[in-house]
Amino acid sequence: MKRRTLAALAALALSAASLPALAQTTPPKTLKVVAHADLKILDPTFTTAYISRNFGHMVYDTLFAQDATGKPQPQMVEKYTTSKDGKQWSFTLRPGLKFSDGAAVTSADAVASLQRWAARDSLGRAMTGVGAEWKATDARTLTLTLNEPFGMVLDALAKPSGFPPVILPERIAKLPAASPLTEVVGSGPFIFKRDEWVPGNKTVFVRNPNYVARSEPPSGLAGSKKTTLDRVEWLYLPDANSAVSALKRGEVDYIEQLAPDYIAPLRTDSNIKIGSGGAYQGFLVMNQLHAPFDNPKVRQALLQAVNQERFVAAMGFPLDMRMAYCATYFICGSPNDTSAGAEPFRKADVAKAKKMLADAGYKGEKVVLMVPSDVPYLNAEALMAAQTMKSIGLNVDAQTMDWASIGARRAKRDAPDAGGWNIYVTVAGEFDVNSPISNAYLGAACGNTLPGWPCDKKLDELRTAWLKETVPAKRKELLDAFQTRAYEAVPYINAGQYSAAFAARASLKGLDKMWAGMPTVWVLDK
Amino acid sequence: MGYIVRRFLSTLPVMAVVAVVVFLLIHLSPGDPAALIAGDLATTEDIDKLRAALGLNLPLWQQFGLWIGKIFTGDLGTSIFTQVPVTQLLGQRLEPTVSIAALTMLITLVTAVPLGTLAAYFAGTWIDRLVMLFAVLAFSVPVFLIGYLLVYTFAVQLPWFPVQGYVNFSEGPGAWLRALVLPCVNLALVYIALVTRMTRATVLEVLHEDYIRTARAKGLGVLPVLGHALRNAAIPIATTIGAGIALLIGGVVVTETVFAIPGVGRLVIDSVQRHDYPVIQSVLLLSAGVYVLINLLIDLSYRLFDPRIQY
Repeated sequence: MKRRTLAALAALALSAASLPALAQTTPPKTLKVVAHADLKILDPTFTTAYISRNFGHMVYDTLFAQDATGKPQPQMVEKYTTSKDGKQWSFTLRPGLKFSDGAAVTSADAVASLQRWAARDSLGRAMTGVGAEWKATDARTLTLTLNEPFGMVLDALAKPSGFPPVILPERIAKLPAASPLTEVVGSGPFIFKRDEWVPGNKTVFVRNPNYVARSEPPSGLAGSKKTTLDRVEWLYLPDANSAVSALKRGEVDYIEQLAPDYIAPLRTDSNIKIGSGGAYQGFLVMNQLHAPFDNPKVRQALLQAVNQERFVAAMGFPLDMRMAYCATYFICGSPNDTSAGAEPFRKADVAKAKKMLADAGYKGEKVVLMVPSDVPYLNAEALMAAQTMKSIGLNVDAQTMDWASIGARRAKRDAPDAGGWNIYVTVAGEFDVNSPISNAYLGAACGNTLPGWPCDKKLDELRTAWLKETVPAKRKELLDAFQTRAYEAVPYINAGQYSAAFAARASLKGLDKMWAGMPTVWVLDK
Repeated sequence: MGYIVRRFLSTLPVMAVVAVVVFLLIHLSPGDPAALIAGDLATTEDIDKLRAALGLNLPLWQQFGLWIGKIFTGDLGTSIFTQVPVTQLLGQRLEPTVSIAALTMLITLVTAVPLGTLAAYFAGTWIDRLVMLFAVLAFSVPVFLIGYLLVYTFAVQLPWFPVQGYVNFSEGPGAWLRALVLPCVNLALVYIALVTRMTRATVLEVLHEDYIRTARAKGLGVLPVLGHALRNAAIPIATTIGAGIALLIGGVVVTETVFAIPGVGRLVIDSVQRHDYPVIQSVLLLSAGVYVLINLLIDLSYRLFDPRIQY
């Protein structure tokens, strides 16, 4: 009896002793994400690549952030003031903000970061153009002085994409801007694990213990980014079939951008949830230095022939994820959605386009179309472009090459028969398209250096006027006037709008809180 | 010994030619890493600045000199994109590729040589036809298709193996092996087909030799006779296997892609796609070195199988 009692007590003691051990061995809560691309550049203020932008939002924070309705909200900022004339701004940082290395975030860090950002970003440059001067007045306060009012100060500081103004430590922000930054120290929700980074395969993040969350619930990129996830792994699985199999099997939790061909089959799987991954528009970018697209009437003729729905259908997007027609240059459904100037081009009309081309005096010049071979959806878009151009009688020379070659060739100003080009296709996400200023392809300042080289003085004047205007009603008028002029000058052609798709294990919690267009994975739980 | 030294020295000019050809091929092909890094919305001004920062605006001879100079000091350079040293990238990628190559060759050896020998011994019978049918199928069906079938069957429907990924040996031999089974079986099928056919052909030839007839006449059993035959058929088989290993090191791209294995093959493809010059140059130069070394080892191995060979 005694022996039994002793044994029972020993067993009890052993189990009690093992409890903390069990608690310690609880596996970390890891979210495995199939990223849309391989992370190469760790500096979101150096490249406009979306994967680097997403990386930036994982590890850095911004002074302001767009909420789910697109409005800028204070993020690292506690409070701010602006003078009546809109030329003086003051921002106070939230108390207690820390970088992942434990150092306090100061206004000097913010000033250095914003100066670095302003040298690169279109909005930053525009602010510099109106004399923007940043100063740290004390450890938590920074001021902005402008020579004239600027309608988009908060939008600029909350810019979510294409060079987001992330806040870095001053010592890093002041490094030469000629090369991408390699040291990653931010005050965002996660820490980048450099020792576990396998370029071309895996990027690992762990929860940032120094992250100081806002009290507001998450909304878009704004609000609290406090997460219950211990670890996030971005996996790069270049084979779509392997990614889908891994999701079905539960080896991964989330595919950031699902290949269109898999949308329909996965919808029948109750273990998988398909959601919107944000709006995108296809672009036909024309070289306006050389014939025939140096003639706006030829550009209008091609615009008249473009059947947007056919383009996005060819790219593989199902009916409910593509729009039949989108009139605006600024994303249908966005705050800047407008149909001004679009009426003559609303319905694709090949016969009318043929006549417009003849009236434009097209002389049968060869049109060099660069067709990407290595990006399936762009390849489909380019083939549709070739077919559309041929249908109205343009003499198309479709030249197939990889995207890297297109990237190099599109920067050349040479004549098309001397190594230059006439037209190529691309796509852009909503945050890089949704206003006259974020949409760089609408920058028509003569002498600019963006491939395509649109040059239209009136369009550029309207763009600047819209940028500076602070009264909402007047801004709307200027926006309409800008788009009306864009339909006359045709800086590029909108080839249709579609919604990218994500796929996730249905068991993931918080999927409904994710912001379309940006993988705000910190809201997820499993 | 003299032969080995001579052979080794003879590889140096080969490597020099490879270095020049690889450098020129990569740098003269269209495409600009700076344009890719800068992104879709970059201006030509931004791209030009970046090219200057990366040293890509220097004359080609100067870029070549800088690269070769670094190689002699053991520095393979730094990836233009990730700013990670090439040696570190290679270090991360070598283990998966070497693991795949080793396990694939092991599977090939233990399967193909007996199969080929069996087919040769029973030449013309249903056993021979069955083995040859398998060999033809395994060689003809594309690797990616077999890969998808393996994943669907043994990872999705029967969850025995993982769909994708690689587990380092240090994380446990069991998990390492489990992650490697499907990719290695996938890749081995091609080599099994190749080596089976080669073994069958050479063993069949040897089985008609006089000394085999003599051995049979003396009453030797099947296994000793096949042992005699195999030893004499070993040189072409070793050559095929050696060439296979060299091809494996550089050519497992499809398997690595289907199974998301971060090996050297995918490193090369990714680097070529984005024109990451330092990575492509170094990996190709190293691959050429491995190829040359394996050829040397195969040549040297001939003496093991045939002591009559003198160098």
